[in-house]
Amino acid sequence: MQEISESLSLAATLTLSLNSAMLSIAGLSLRVSGIAVLTASLLALPFGAWLALARFPGRQVVIAVLNGMMGLPPVVVGLLVYLLLSRAGPLGALGILFTPAAMMVAQALLIFPIIAALARQVIEDAWGEYREQLVSLNASRMQCMRALLWDMRFTLTTAVLAGFGRAIAEVGAVMIVGGNIDGVTRVMTTAISLETSKGDLPLALALGAVLIAMVVVINLAAQIIKSTAMKRHG
Amino acid sequence: MVDASILPLNVERLGFRVADVAVLGDVSFRIEAGSRNVVLGPNGAGKSVLMRLLHGLLTPTDGSVGWSYHDAAAVRHAQTMVFQRPVMLRRTVRENLEFALRVGTSNKNAREVRAAAITALERVGLMRLAERAARLCSGGEQQRVALARAWALQPEVLFLDEPTASLDPAATRAIEATIAAMHAQGTTIVMTTHDLGQAKRLADRVLFLHHGRLVEDTPAGIFFQQPKSPEAAAFLRGELLW
Repeated sequence: MQEISESLSLAATLTLSLNSAMLSIAGLSLRVSGIAVLTASLLALPFGAWLALARFPGRQVVIAVLNGMMGLPPVVVGLLVYLLLSRAGPLGALGILFTPAAMMVAQALLIFPIIAALARQVIEDAWGEYREQLVSLNASRMQCMRALLWDMRFTLTTAVLAGFGRAIAEVGAVMIVGGNIDGVTRVMTTAISLETSKGDLPLALALGAVLIAMVVVINLAAQIIKSTAMKRHG
Repeated sequence: MVDASILPLNVERLGFRVADVAVLGDVSFRIEAGSRNVVLGPNGAGKSVLMRLLHGLLTPTDGSVGWSYHDAAAVRHAQTMVFQRPVMLRRTVRENLEFALRVGTSNKNAREVRAAAITALERVGLMRLAERAARLCSGGEQQRVALARAWALQPEVLFLDEPTASLDPAATRAIEATIAAMHAQGTTIVMTTHDLGQAKRLADRVLFLHHGRLVEDTPAGIFFQQPKSPEAAAFLRGELLW
């Protein structure tokens, strides 16, 4: 118990003193996960909307596989990306292994199924309400998808935030493709893992507390923006 | 509107089954240009299903819906429908109309689309709501916006499925006035209602459905004075039909 209170105190000290090493690690965490979420969202939201409206043989299987992939083990994703980006791999020529770019790719792949599966469910539920009206207005399938994505934007922020939470909290994938290089690819989770293995549990816990605080603040800000916008737009 | 009229509409032995249950069967009639047709009948008579079949939202399991114009895209663009519960997009009233105009007409010019939306809102007296979030409007206002949206598309045929159900008299009056104005401009009206008073005010002709069958197709003046079928007579007396 004393260890936890010491850790919380250390976390406060690290944050309030604007420790440059910690700020750099936290900044990289936000940058890597932020870009990964943005990239994954740009692909996963339209894909989820397409899957919600499309009807083809085997659709239920695709949905089941997509839902199942929400639980992708980060280590497996990390390993796959490692194999793709390693010197002998098909994308080895890019030379981005052990850089933040590789970490972004791994995280984007990890959270794509989460955002796509949640978006599919949200859009499919909305389609039940909107279908007759949009078809009556002669909207094409693409126009329906765009209208539904825009109309469901407040609900879809939850899917995006779920993806962000998963990305910023995972350690396995970024450890494998980033390598936890100090000042280059060290992020909050890999730093926590490192301090734990070194036995500096108070520092590891303090970093964990800072990470949780970051995620809570981001979610809180998103929630405030979402509820304000919903009050305005209905 | 298309250059050639899509009317008359010939409905031949139209039927719709869900599994083995016949929701609508053996319904035949003809809709002429410029007419006001009201479909009456108790709950479960098949009125809403008939509307959706005519509008193309459902595919008939029997019979046919035959428009006089054979270009399917032109037929789709020459008709629109206002539902009992209008669906408003999560954007302003004006943007709702603009969306309908962008997807429902060939006009993609932003300035012209905006002007057409504003004209439609002015016609129904809703300019004060133009910049309000459509979903925050009252039920009556949303239904009037839905009607303005339909009018903006300048349809040759307007389908209305119980457009004033659960609305107050003021909203009902405003909606009836808009329907009458659209009809005066040449739009053919096909609507369902439970409201006998509304049917008397708006109908040239009544199609009376019961248990998925068309039991009477009569000019409105005659229908309300001397209904031919015992079911319609009982309905007009306010008796419960089973």
